[in-house]
Amino acid sequence: MTAVDFSTTFSNAWFPTPLFTASGCASSGKELAQFFPLKDIGAVVTKSIMNKARLGRPTPRMAETPSGMLNSIGLQGPGIDTFLEKDIPWLIEQKARIIVSIAGETVEEYSTLARKLRAVAGISAIEVNISCPNVENRGLVFACDPEASRKVIDGVRRTIGGEIPIIAKLSPDVTDIVSIARGVVDAGADGLALINTVLGMVINVSTMRPHLGGKTGGLSGPAIRPIAVRAIYQVHAAMPHVPILGMGGVASGRDAFEMILAGASGVSVGTASFGNPMAIPQIQEELKALLAEKGFKQLKDAIGYAHRSDETHE
Amino acid sequence: MSQINRNAAQLRATIVGNKLVGQYHQILISVGDLVDRCKPGNFVAINVGGDSSRMILRRAFAISRVAHSASFGGTMELIVAPHGQGSKWLCSQPEGAIIDLVAPLGSAFGIPTEPVQVLLVGGGYGSAPLFGLAEVLKTRGCKVDMLLGASTAGKIYAPMEGKRSVNSLRIYTEDGSMGIAGKVTDPITELISDLDVAVIYSCGPMGMLSAISALTESTDVVHQCAVEESMACGIGICMTCVLPVRNSDNSISMLRSCIDGPVMDGADVMWDLVGKNPLVQP
Repeated sequence: MTAVDFSTTFSNAWFPTPLFTASGCASSGKELAQFFPLKDIGAVVTKSIMNKARLGRPTPRMAETPSGMLNSIGLQGPGIDTFLEKDIPWLIEQKARIIVSIAGETVEEYSTLARKLRAVAGISAIEVNISCPNVENRGLVFACDPEASRKVIDGVRRTIGGEIPIIAKLSPDVTDIVSIARGVVDAGADGLALINTVLGMVINVSTMRPHLGGKTGGLSGPAIRPIAVRAIYQVHAAMPHVPILGMGGVASGRDAFEMILAGASGVSVGTASFGNPMAIPQIQEELKALLAEKGFKQLKDAIGYAHRSDETHE
Repeated sequence: MSQINRNAAQLRATIVGNKLVGQYHQILISVGDLVDRCKPGNFVAINVGGDSSRMILRRAFAISRVAHSASFGGTMELIVAPHGQGSKWLCSQPEGAIIDLVAPLGSAFGIPTEPVQVLLVGGGYGSAPLFGLAEVLKTRGCKVDMLLGASTAGKIYAPMEGKRSVNSLRIYTEDGSMGIAGKVTDPITELISDLDVAVIYSCGPMGMLSAISALTESTDVVHQCAVEESMACGIGICMTCVLPVRNSDNSISMLRSCIDGPVMDGADVMWDLVGKNPLVQP
């Protein structure tokens, strides 16, 4: 059996494998580096970074739920300057491919972040996180508003120029994800990250109050995987040429394969790494074996395959 | 390679002992040479529920002691209270069951370089890692006294063999069903001056740790406490187990109790801010 061509691309960014960390689930890579070399996976998507340092939300910040968990971190982080000084050089030293995820409270903050990243060498792509659910005001979830989403991406695109690919991370908590996706692609996004966590809540029945310090949190893990597959499928059907970074509850090679069939060019693994630090390299090997088993000579042929089979059956 | 989790390894290990001790399970796991990397204060993260479990997160348990045994090689002992779904599952595992674990994780108790007087304070099964610590402290020539407390007698964990390493052991129960009626923190101020205590090591509920920090605040006593905050990963990537800690420049950091803890300097933890909205950093 010849080896499967496992490489993938997001616009002009090339990756040797389609398995990435998910932003917010791998910090900046140092913690997982003890378990596997970061250069062995497609890319490290760093935890969404803001312009200033941020302490985040109070504890409790997590609640396990059936086949999932809620988190309510609130974008804790060191701020872009410290991040660029400490984390990026270290990741480059590890020969990891880097996708920097950015988050802002205003359209201007995203542009400021883009300006600070513009001249930084060694970054493969930028993920623009416009969908973090753990903010004080739901009105600040840009990805729930087509016009706000478009403005953020437009600002980042203008600032960053045409060199670095932009991947817009969207929320599943909308009525029509395809129209939001169209808006950000029109505004200059090269790719889409689907999906961010789903807004949820757990009430502690002992205290009879919301369990999380931030009251609401983002649901992740296998519980949300069908939502992610659906979102990827819908968006890929509408815009087959826009590369999608799929994520949401991927815990096995089978799950990653499912997202690729739905239309993902790459797959991020988040919550699965919490339960198993070796999840990403293991999923990667499982996916490679599955592709070979199904007779795919290259990953690219499997992307969106589920759509093709629909046509054949008609 | 980064320095975070530098001693940690993931392995499948066999449970070689599981017996009930009071209200707790004493679980013994064969982990081979990994024992040589484990220090008092470190913890282990264990997969629970089996492969098809709906519980997707590991459970963190303090390593109470490690040993080399003739029949099982290196063994790790855990004292587990079967409270939640995950700990109940672990406690139901028979000898011979294979579990997936990551260890050792987290910071360890600092050992004094001088043979000083130390006081060990344990709440409930939080006393478990203190016995392993007591052995280490005794070999360094420290004088070790211990206080254990719980709400009631059944929740006191004090194995016979553990008592060998301590100079004295006093037990407090809130309902008076064992030892002295009262709280384990009641005698601390008096003991600090009577015994000339240099270091207090504590492990137990957060309220107890906070109370000890208040008692040592105006003294020269160093308070090393093993904190407990719910965590999703145990390896530093989920950012859920954070505690507000004061930095040397008076700013606040939200530090992860899995990699910057569980052993922290009680004087640095901002106990009043735990579970509250921290101030935005300037």
